[in-house]
Order: sequence, then structure tokens, then C-alpha cells
Amino acid sequence: MTLELVTGNHAAGYALSTAGEANRSARGAACGIYPITPQTEIVEYVAKFPFSKGRVIAVESEHSAMGVSIGASMAGARAFTASSSNGLAYMTENIMVAGFYRLPIVLVAVNRTLGPPWNIWADQGDTLYLRDFPWIQLYCETNQEVLDTTLLAFRLAEDRRILLPVMVIMDAFILSHTQTETDLPEQGLVDEFLPPLSLPHRLDSARPTTVGGLTWPRETLSQRLEIDEAFERVPAVYEEHRASFRSVFGRDPGGAINVFETEDADALLVVSGTIASTAREVVRRRREAGEKIGLVKMRMFRPFPGDALLEACPRAAKFGVLDRDYAAGLGGVWWHDVRAALQGRRDGAIVQGYLTGVCGGDVTPEMIDEVIDDLLARRSAGKPLWKGIDK
Amino acid sequence: MRPGNTNCGGCGMSVGLTFLSRALKEAGQTCQLVIPACCGVVTAGGYPTTGYSVPVLASTFAASAAFASGVAAVRDLNHEPHHVICWAGDGGTYDIGLATLSAAAERNENIIYICYDNEIYGNTGGQRSSATPVGARTTTTPAGKREGKKDIMAIMAAHRIPYAASLSIAHPDDFMRKIATALLLTGFRFLLIHSPCPTGWKSEPAESIELVRLAVASGLFPVYEVFDGERYRINLRPSGGDVGEYYRRQNRFPADSIDLRSVRADDAAANKRLARLAEVFPAQG
Repeated sequence: MTLELVTGNHAAGYALSTAGEANRSARGAACGIYPITPQTEIVEYVAKFPFSKGRVIAVESEHSAMGVSIGASMAGARAFTASSSNGLAYMTENIMVAGFYRLPIVLVAVNRTLGPPWNIWADQGDTLYLRDFPWIQLYCETNQEVLDTTLLAFRLAEDRRILLPVMVIMDAFILSHTQTETDLPEQGLVDEFLPPLSLPHRLDSARPTTVGGLTWPRETLSQRLEIDEAFERVPAVYEEHRASFRSVFGRDPGGAINVFETEDADALLVVSGTIASTAREVVRRRREAGEKIGLVKMRMFRPFPGDALLEACPRAAKFGVLDRDYAAGLGGVWWHDVRAALQGRRDGAIVQGYLTGVCGGDVTPEMIDEVIDDLLARRSAGKPLWKGIDK
Repeated sequence: MRPGNTNCGGCGMSVGLTFLSRALKEAGQTCQLVIPACCGVVTAGGYPTTGYSVPVLASTFAASAAFASGVAAVRDLNHEPHHVICWAGDGGTYDIGLATLSAAAERNENIIYICYDNEIYGNTGGQRSSATPVGARTTTTPAGKREGKKDIMAIMAAHRIPYAASLSIAHPDDFMRKIATALLLTGFRFLLIHSPCPTGWKSEPAESIELVRLAVASGLFPVYEVFDGERYRINLRPSGGDVGEYYRRQNRFPADSIDLRSVRADDAAANKRLARLAEVFPAQG
């Protein structure tokens, strides 16, 4: 294993490209690409990669970037792309189509505040708003996680029990533009991990079908139900591929959630993305001071791993959910989903939302200390609290 | 196209599809279709049946040329012989799909893009598009459209694609020859079909072919081809049909919405410009 100093974008570009290359013995790799800060280096990496059987098409918009990837995937190639923020918003119609067409496309999304105003810093609102489409969403904390999760995403997406596209997500700049030591596996290992793709419903002249034509309510409903069933299978299938990843690459790519000191915790922080690194240190320090606090890092957002969350913290009666996003008129999206997961199963629990680092602000250890102080002092939950605002 | 589809009587698109399938058969070739939202996708009928005997991928309205670029790229990576053909209406071509179409043409993607132009949003009940001619009444231009039709052929020729051609279903020999020409070439090929729509044009279904024949004869729909955006050939010269007759036979044109004198003047100027192009920059052979 050789560690290299690379950015999150580099790690993602490397993973997408080697995954594409790994399909050279089958129908190859193809994708549409379009630049947007802060993901541009990902598509630049892909555009420079010397595929032995692949084509990278630089198009005129994010909508078409996903359009090309849909066409390529439907023709049986391994397909992927990357985007961010308003680019994801512009791409949305085709993001939806990729899901409904059950195409195993991998999209690396770099979280950036949706505009206006023009703000390039990290905020998860651009991917969380895509929550209702048939995409698996996985959030990353480190550059290594970005690389590993991207490779794992193809295995998961292409599994015939799943056949759903996967979004691999990282924070703008904090990961995308920050170099850390990362293991970039050799092509041979990626080949071993990613078998040739065989899409059961690819376009085939020997078997002419019309994909996406007029479909009656009952038949459309049955297609939606199949999507729901595939989502039900995700947690177990994910664990299979996680184990396989471990045996090929010799490290754990991470589960649907990652836990820290949760077993006996009375109060729990629920976080995602890079906030986890800071929060873990604060929790560690306060544990040493004798406070029974735990941390759950949510990696999977769709399907929402509510069962795993509850199993991880049998004692917790207080949940502080940190959201780097704001759903207008509601509060944090993670907070909302944690509340839904707890309903009827731990009804006495206090689930308090904290809006931290929204629109790209720093989430400091002091801020997390304030969150913990507030959570521990609470007798009931209230409205989500905005943090980082000068009063 | 298989028998038993539910297309309207007098539908030009259906005739175009029939000709396309015949031309493919004569050339001994096959295709995969990418169809955005339009009557062409309705032609497939209801799931799980399909009116098409080739694979069809329904694309989003704006993105047929992008979907097709992906399909064609993978076909070429795998050295497969079938053509990848976009089959789109004027809304998906002149309006919502124009940026995607332009980009695919600029990249010279190896696809055939066919626009059947019925000059209206037909599926949604007849609204104006930028292909709707001046004076035409639609549900969104109740007093008749004030603006003229966009010159999509000039736009596509300006991309210097290998082949751009306009086709009329009233002239099957020319139509079939152009499909055959497109099948022989590689790179981006654009074909424009003038496609009568009795439902939208408020015309008699039985008169569809006559109407588009009149459009050619009167010079309203110039039938020509452009190679590499540089070499022009006019295939059917206007033979002097009456523009007025074309308008009178379609109830989409209210009598008071058309200034026939100005239509004739615009028509003559457009044909003169085209004739000059064909004279100065002729296609050989």
C-alpha cells in the first residue's frame, strides 16, 4: 500500500476512472461531464484518464451530462458523472430519470450551498433536496472514504438485487480541495473488486423493448413498488459488499452508520460529513470528563438507516442532530428524518435540531460544546437552533 | 412501426416513420431510437406492448441528443452496426431541446437526428412553438402567431455537420434517397421533415399529403440538402403553387391573420437567398 497526498476530488476522479476502466472487458465506460466549482477537478481527472475502452463526453450542461450517462448506461456501459449545488438542481430531471430507469450510475456530488446568493462553501442542501428520488445517498468524512465509497457504490448499484444509482457525497473544500494521505489502489485490485457490468435491461437490438413509454397507473405502481423492495434490500446487500471490499482492499469502507461510544450513551450527537471529525474529538474529551455522550456518524441517508441508529444507542434518551442544511419552513433534514425514525419506538426521547455550519460556516469544537451543553440541559425539544449567527 | 398504433388519420409523422423503416430495410440496416416527449413516444402505445420493432429509449424532453450521444458512444466502443436515431418533434428540437441538439451537433456525435416538424406542440393540444409559422392560430396564440418560423436548417447547417436535409413526405423518392444518404454518412446528420398534423392544423386528414406538396411547390418549405455546412443542393425547385391555397385549406390560419403579400415577399426572399447559396456553393454530383 502506498499513500499519496491527494484531494477529495482527486480521490473521486481516481475511483470513477478506475471503476470505468475495470469494465473494459465488457461494454466499456462512458459518461457526460460538465464543470462546476467545487467538483470540476473530478471531471477533469476523468477527462484525462487513458481509458482503454471508454469515452468521456464534455457536454453543454449538467442536464445533458446526466443525459449522456443515462444513454451510456442504458447501452450497457459503466456510467458516472459528478456535480454540485445549482448544477445538481439543473441536472435534477435526469437524476430522477436515472433512478426510475434503475440505472447503476454513480454520481459524486460535492456539497455546495445552493444559490442565490453566490456561495461556493459546503452545505448539504443540494443533495438532501434530492431525497425523494430513487437514489442511494452516501456521505463521506475523509478522502479515503470518498475513494472507498465510490468504488463500493458501483458494486452496490450494479447488484441485480439493487439496480439503483448511488450518490457519493463530500463537503466542498473541506474534502474536495484538501489534500490528505490516501491509498489509491492499483487497477488490478479495482478489477478484482468490480466484475464486468451486465445490465439486465440494456438496449438490445435482438430484444426490442420500449423503455419509458406510456405506462398505466397499475403498472407504474408496480415499478415503484419494486424500487421500494430494492431499497429494503440495501442494508443487507451493502454489508455483503462491505465485507468483500475489506477482503480485496484490506480496510473497512464504513457501514451505513459509524458509531463512537454509543453503547452506554445517554445523549447522542447525530452528524454527517466532515462535522464528524470535529464532533468525535469533542465527544472524546467530554467522555474523559465523565459525560455519557456518544456519536453516530450517518453515512447512508437513503435508505435511511433508522434501525441501525436505534440499535446503536439502546440507552440514549436525548438526540442532538446537527444539520449542515436548512429545509425552508422545516429545519434540518437529518433532524426531521431522525425524529421520524424514532417515532413510536422511542417516543420519550428528546430530539433537538441544531443548524450548524449552514451555508458553509465553520463548525468549531466550541460550537459543538455549546450544542452538547444545550442538549444535556434540555427537558424538552424545541425549534431547531441556528448556530454561528452573531446576535 | 408495427400495425395497430393509435396515431391520428393524416398524421405526417406516421408516414415519416414508415418511410424510415422502409429505407432501413432496403439498406439492410437497423436502428435504436431515442425519442423525447412527443407523439413519437405515444406511438409506442401502452406498456407492456410497443408499436416499435426496434429498441426505443424515451428521453427527457430537452435531452434526446444527449441520451443518444451516450447510446451511440457505447455502440461505437463495441463496434456495433446499428444506427442511433433521435426522433423528435419541433418542440423538442426548435425549443426545449435546442441547446442539447446544438451541442451534440457541435461535437459531431455519430447519430442521426430526425425532426418531424408539425409546427405545433401537438401532444399537449396545440400550442405555439418557434416552428409555428406566422399567422397560425394555436391555443397560446389565439389571434394568430405574430412571429415567423425559426430557420432550423440554417442553424444546423451553421454547425457544419456532415449532412443537413429537409424532406417532404409528398416526395417519397427524394425522402428515401436522403435517408439512404444519411445512413451512408457518419457523424451528425440532421433531417427535417415537414409533418402535417390535421388535429393541430385544423385540416382534412385526407389532404395532408397535398398540403405539404403545396408547401414545397409554393416555396414555403424549401427541400434541399447541405453537406458539411458548406455545399448546397436544392432538390425540388418551387413549381409555382399558390401560397394562398395552402393557407385557405387550413383552419389554423384565420383569414385576417395572414398578410399574403408579405408572406409571398418573405417566401420569395428566402428562396432567392437559398438559390444563390446553391449557385455559389454547389454540392457536386
